[in-house]
Amino acid sequence: MSHTATLTEKDTLAFHLEKNIDVLARKCYQCGKCSAGCPVAGEMDFSPSMVMRLLQTETPANDEKTLRSYSIWLCLTCEMCLCRCPMEIDIPSVMDFLRQKSLKEKKVNPKARRIIAFHKSFLNSIKYTGRLFELGLTLDYKRRSLTLMQDVALAPRMISRGKLHFIPEIIKGRPQVAKIFKKTSKKEN
Amino acid sequence: MKTGIYPGCSLNGSARDYNESVFALAEAFGLELEQVSDWNCCGATAAHNLNKDLSLALPARILALAEKNGMDEIIVPCAACYNRLTLTQTELRKDPELRNHVSGIIEMDYKGTSGIINVIEWIDKYITPNLEGRIVIPYAHKVACYYGCLLVRPHKVLNYDRPEDPQSMDLVMSKIGAEPIYYPFKTECCGAGLSISRTDIVSKLSGKIIEDAESRGAEAIIVACPMCHSNLDMRRNDINKYWGKEFKIPVIFITQAIGHAIGLTDKKIGLKRHFVDVKIS
Ligand code: SF4
Ligand code: SF4
Repeated sequence: MSHTATLTEKDTLAFHLEKNIDVLARKCYQCGKCSAGCPVAGEMDFSPSMVMRLLQTETPANDEKTLRSYSIWLCLTCEMCLCRCPMEIDIPSVMDFLRQKSLKEKKVNPKARRIIAFHKSFLNSIKYTGRLFELGLTLDYKRRSLTLMQDVALAPRMISRGKLHFIPEIIKGRPQVAKIFKKTSKKEN
Repeated sequence: MKTGIYPGCSLNGSARDYNESVFALAEAFGLELEQVSDWNCCGATAAHNLNKDLSLALPARILALAEKNGMDEIIVPCAACYNRLTLTQTELRKDPELRNHVSGIIEMDYKGTSGIINVIEWIDKYITPNLEGRIVIPYAHKVACYYGCLLVRPHKVLNYDRPEDPQSMDLVMSKIGAEPIYYPFKTECCGAGLSISRTDIVSKLSGKIIEDAESRGAEAIIVACPMCHSNLDMRRNDINKYWGKEFKIPVIFITQAIGHAIGLTDKKIGLKRHFVDVKIS
């Protein structure tokens, strides 16, 4: 990362973004194309261009708002914003970075609990078998998110079409996969 | 040239119709497709949302296995896996330090020698050149080719087709007799990974795509991604409820469309497994 040497240490999100993923928030000139093309901007508390603006201010209050926002969890990583940004600002990577920081600092927006429960159930499923076990994922997610009744309508139709396995497939390299999870688990809990 | 295949978890489960049609095509054209041995899940959206190292290590193990299997290239029919694998390969190729770090995590060597191709590249390379004389039932219908996000974006990394108004699927479809329509939703997001945790968003976004395609007279939506397929097909009841409409347009994998055109049975290409009925005349 070429700019690191000239960067003055600051504990702002903009600084961390520049240092860790080489994205310069100040390059954004607020044209709004990212928000115009973002499929979930309407559901977000701060649209993608507003997130960029919050980052630019580099104030503790706005950094806090960003990490506690619902937006970072709603982002689908569809990459439309980056595709259309005239400054080629990698917002999807910014969102990834913010999500991981928000999780680490326990600042996750309460509305995002279900989304995170789903991601965790997903990873849990592959941690023990190496491959995703869709039925196990759904059951574990329901346990975590307490949404027991949702989606039951789908199951019988999936079964009759042979689309739902009842027994997980376990790969030979399962211990290896478990080790990968162990070695990378510092950041996620 | 040895071509391997990384099917991924969806093709192994809820998208087995896609899997069946890929292997049916390979058989019909005499193409070898050996599975990457003992493959694991690529980590999908969950890994890169929660943990960067994990999101690189899981695909790296797959790529290292493909190398060990002596595969010159692997076809990755799932657009989501294709995206994660290609992103990982690009990051590890350009940063040797990171590559060592990830090699350490997976405890395997990784050189980056196996190429990665998506399903349309595989079709273009091995199937379209041999299509002549094979088409028995031309696919004479208006179709909306839906690419979604992960096949074409981020463009700088994938370097495939064009990020707005891509053409590769349209070209394949026209070769088997179809008439691809112009419509603005080719690469709009279907809601992807929010399928279970925010079904309402998926219903809204997928519904927009379906509504537009149907209103322009398309008789089928053609896809190359199991996630797009499950959102547009398996979620159809939710979509119809959300929109208060009765959308009937079927969603067909591009490999199924070709399979049908060369005379393979509906069963062989998994057409019977869809939620929305498919009747191709
Ligand atoms: S498209 Fe790029 S420059 Fe325009 S507002 Fe969004 S991030 Fe800023
Ligand atoms: S990647 Fe995220 S922020 Fe960017 S357009 Fe897609 S959903 Fe919106």
